[in-house]
Amino acid sequence: MTETVTASGRRLDWQLAQVREIAVETFRVKSLLLHVPGWQGHLPGQHVDIRLTAEDGYQAQRSYSISSPPEEELLTLTVEKVDNGEVSPYLVGDLRARDQFELRGPIGRYFVWTVATGGPLWLIAGGSGIAPLMAMLRHRARQKARIPALLLYSSRSLEDVIYREELDAMASHDPDLRVVNILTRKQPTGWAGPRRRIDKGLLADACFPPSQSPKIFVCGPASLVEAVSSLLVELEHDPLAIKTERFGPSGAVS
Amino acid sequence: MAETPISRGFKSRRAEQTPKDRLPPGQYVTTDFPVLSAGPTLQIKVENWTLALQLGGSLLRQWSWAEFETLPQTTVKTDIHCVTKWSKLDTTWQGVTFDDLLKAAGLTNPPEAYIMAHSDGGYTTNVPVADLVGGKGMVTTRYEGLPILPSHGGPARLFVPHLYFWKSAKWVRRLRFMEKDERGFWESLGYHNYGNPWKEQRYDGD
Repeated sequence: MTETVTASGRRLDWQLAQVREIAVETFRVKSLLLHVPGWQGHLPGQHVDIRLTAEDGYQAQRSYSISSPPEEELLTLTVEKVDNGEVSPYLVGDLRARDQFELRGPIGRYFVWTVATGGPLWLIAGGSGIAPLMAMLRHRARQKARIPALLLYSSRSLEDVIYREELDAMASHDPDLRVVNILTRKQPTGWAGPRRRIDKGLLADACFPPSQSPKIFVCGPASLVEAVSSLLVELEHDPLAIKTERFGPSGAVS
Repeated sequence: MAETPISRGFKSRRAEQTPKDRLPPGQYVTTDFPVLSAGPTLQIKVENWTLALQLGGSLLRQWSWAEFETLPQTTVKTDIHCVTKWSKLDTTWQGVTFDDLLKAAGLTNPPEAYIMAHSDGGYTTNVPVADLVGGKGMVTTRYEGLPILPSHGGPARLFVPHLYFWKSAKWVRRLRFMEKDERGFWESLGYHNYGNPWKEQRYDGD
């Protein structure tokens, strides 16, 4: 697990990001499409730190996952508004196109996947935890990789599903990709998909078995990640093949 | 960078300002205790747990859980700072100081200047011995008077609160003395080798 990577020693400097476009994803989630001059590129799954400065000089930093693939010119951060949060209500509610803020990254070299990593690729997301996994799926699609992939995506309701149309379109054009939406609180009439929290049965049925050595990435609220990753270990998936990122109310995202 | 852009309309939402000497730069105070791990939470039974002190490849001393529980216990109340930006104030931890571990192993002086902490699941982190002696580092087994939950690193967690909290390795099993400093898990993946929150040493080159 300890990789002998030579430390580059290159400093991650604060860079200026300009908002080019803001896309409404759901009623509490927006994607910020950013122009970052001199951006050095990133790997799918990595995140950035952002720093906001108030008029009185007060500063706040937070981490956000990158949801755009390396192939795209603009850097996309997908932000969920956390009630009582300090930074996310500003980003989702007040930020406008052409506004600027500071950012540095990319950060994290563990929770990353590229087509060179290979597959099968098994992604499990809860809520806005889809963001870094979307970067992986978008990268895979851009590379036209025939790597078997499965996304289990748990949301409260259909209206809460981020990137719904893009994911549907991606899956319908790609026989090697399967997207399973799970709606835990509210389901539309005639909903045939899963409606319970991700459980052992769901993870054992129609998913990649341990014998196929899937590369597993789990991202979402801490409770979901704890439960899912423990169940995967019980199902005898290699713990070292399960990479996790936990978004708490005051964890990586707020 | 040339000029820091002002985010008009953005302001602090903190009810009360934490004193500056309590909160390192770029951090904010949280009252809950977020869990951050690179992989699944490990469930370790204390019957199967041992803690080893190693020098290179040789074993200096090993303690079973029962033996470890008989070592002198120290309780500290202090602040912890996670590199993901949250800080938690006034947390109480109980365990055995590194000084007492050395004493229990019959060592009057640490044999080398660096430690690699090894955890179940393969996690590693490197810490200078100077940051562990003099009461600065411990192996903790209780948080707020109760056994540390597996998701927070129980049964035993290295505790070096003056450095970013990834240095306080969850599920610690071995402390290995090294002659030369080597990088651990996050230290090899772009995070700072030392991790002083007061100097904001989050990433390589900070």
